Amino acid sequence: MSRRYSIWALARNALRHHEGWQKAWRSPEPKPAYDALIIGGGGHGLATAYYLAKLHGLHNIAVLERGWIGGGNTGRNTTIVRSNYLLDENALFYEHSLKLWEGLSEDLNYNVMFSQRKVINTCHTPAEREATVRRYNSMRLLGIDAEFLSREDLARIEPAMNLSPDSRFPILCALAQPRGGSARHDAVAWGYARAADALGVDIIQNCEVTGIDRDQATGAVIGVQTTRGQIEARKIGIAVAGHSSQVAAMAGVRLPIESHLLQAFVSEPVKPFLNTVVSTGAAHFYISQTNKGEVLLGGELDGYNSFSQRGTLPKVQDVVANATEMFPCIGRLRFMRQWAGVMDMTMDGSPIIGKLPVQGLYMSGGWCYGGFKATPGSGWCLAWTIAKDEPHKLNAGLSLERFRTGHMIDEKGAGPFPKAH
Amino acid sequence: MLLISCPWCGPRDETEFVYGEAAVERPADPASTTDAEWTDYLYFRDNPKGEHKELWFHRSGCHRWFVLERNTVTHAIAGAYPPKARPVTEDEA
Repeated sequence: MSRRYSIWALARNALRHHEGWQKAWRSPEPKPAYDALIIGGGGHGLATAYYLAKLHGLHNIAVLERGWIGGGNTGRNTTIVRSNYLLDENALFYEHSLKLWEGLSEDLNYNVMFSQRKVINTCHTPAEREATVRRYNSMRLLGIDAEFLSREDLARIEPAMNLSPDSRFPILCALAQPRGGSARHDAVAWGYARAADALGVDIIQNCEVTGIDRDQATGAVIGVQTTRGQIEARKIGIAVAGHSSQVAAMAGVRLPIESHLLQAFVSEPVKPFLNTVVSTGAAHFYISQTNKGEVLLGGELDGYNSFSQRGTLPKVQDVVANATEMFPCIGRLRFMRQWAGVMDMTMDGSPIIGKLPVQGLYMSGGWCYGGFKATPGSGWCLAWTIAKDEPHKLNAGLSLERFRTGHMIDEKGAGPFPKAH
Repeated sequence: MLLISCPWCGPRDETEFVYGEAAVERPADPASTTDAEWTDYLYFRDNPKGEHKELWFHRSGCHRWFVLERNTVTHAIAGAYPPKARPVTEDEA
């Protein structure tokens, strides 16, 4: 029976009381050797494996995941997808990723529920407005969609938004990206896993990498030690987000990354009232409503290095203050869940996708809490880099080397600082 | 929520403080460092999962910087002392 999902498969299974659905991916035992290994079974690692198999013909590959797939930051984010960046390296990379998002459900034969509902970024001061106009112009020059919204536009698009001139930080205007939106985070991991598995990729869960083996003469990687035994491979990709420093250190590589906490929250579900994804850079806050009706919101980093995966209270207060100021009507909603993830923050606020200074070792990391939207693009670029042993032009600028050569990509215009994004 | 003991003011709530950065030792003579050493100092970090030395600033207090030794997994605080001082040992405490 075909594993392909379709209206016909749904109808056929409905007639059989839905007892005929197959597992979406296998759970194979690890083989002693592979052509390439991907460490990390989140969206990025699974996407890398999928594009390696689909576009570069590498089928003898495995994804090693310490816990369960999509259980790290893929399952902990606020699912925002956008490409509204100022600098070319970031803007073109994220735009490529956004284009992949636009065809992802069809490509994977899995509904990732990508909803292009518009991403709005509000401005609160004249200086911020000027910086935002500059970003708008930069986006338009790069062929990325953008709109500048007045307060009247905002009142029409988001009637619940507090546009009063008496608010604590009055909203002047906003930048919008109509093609931005959100997607179902779990479906992204599951869709990539299922599609990669169908192309022969082994997805090995509950398999923690504990060491990286290197050839004593050349220094090149030759395999990994794991909690399920030794596995050989000449090419190893690292896609482990908050633990990038720890995994890279197994091969003696030090990174310009610090790990910080980021919290997010969902409220109880309510009827639809938020039409877009709204964010503000000034107060650092973002909010949207999920398809289930929950209000999903998040703010800034907790403020100090941490691997604890649990948030602290002062930031809860910050986020709630922002939320109730911008959307006073949600003041009586109750939170259902709160969680935190470990963010890999680089010193310039931009990611690292490329080769590491060890032969056969590659990484995608330093996502600075913007990694979800990058999932398809990150996998696509890391797969290219692993297959060809050189970066694609889209990620050539996002190299680790930029910190040595001085070609930083600092959207914020500040740094070196591990808390930019 | 952290209870941080400022070396000058005593135990205070986390919200009184601002986290600075990892307490990385600045090269004694910047003019004589190589580009690689200076890059390592500026950008590259150990980012330990465990004990971490870091600089904090007592914003709502004495406005002074100090070193905090804190575990990045449990958030347990091992000690706080002025920059360039050494940690107080258990015998001395």
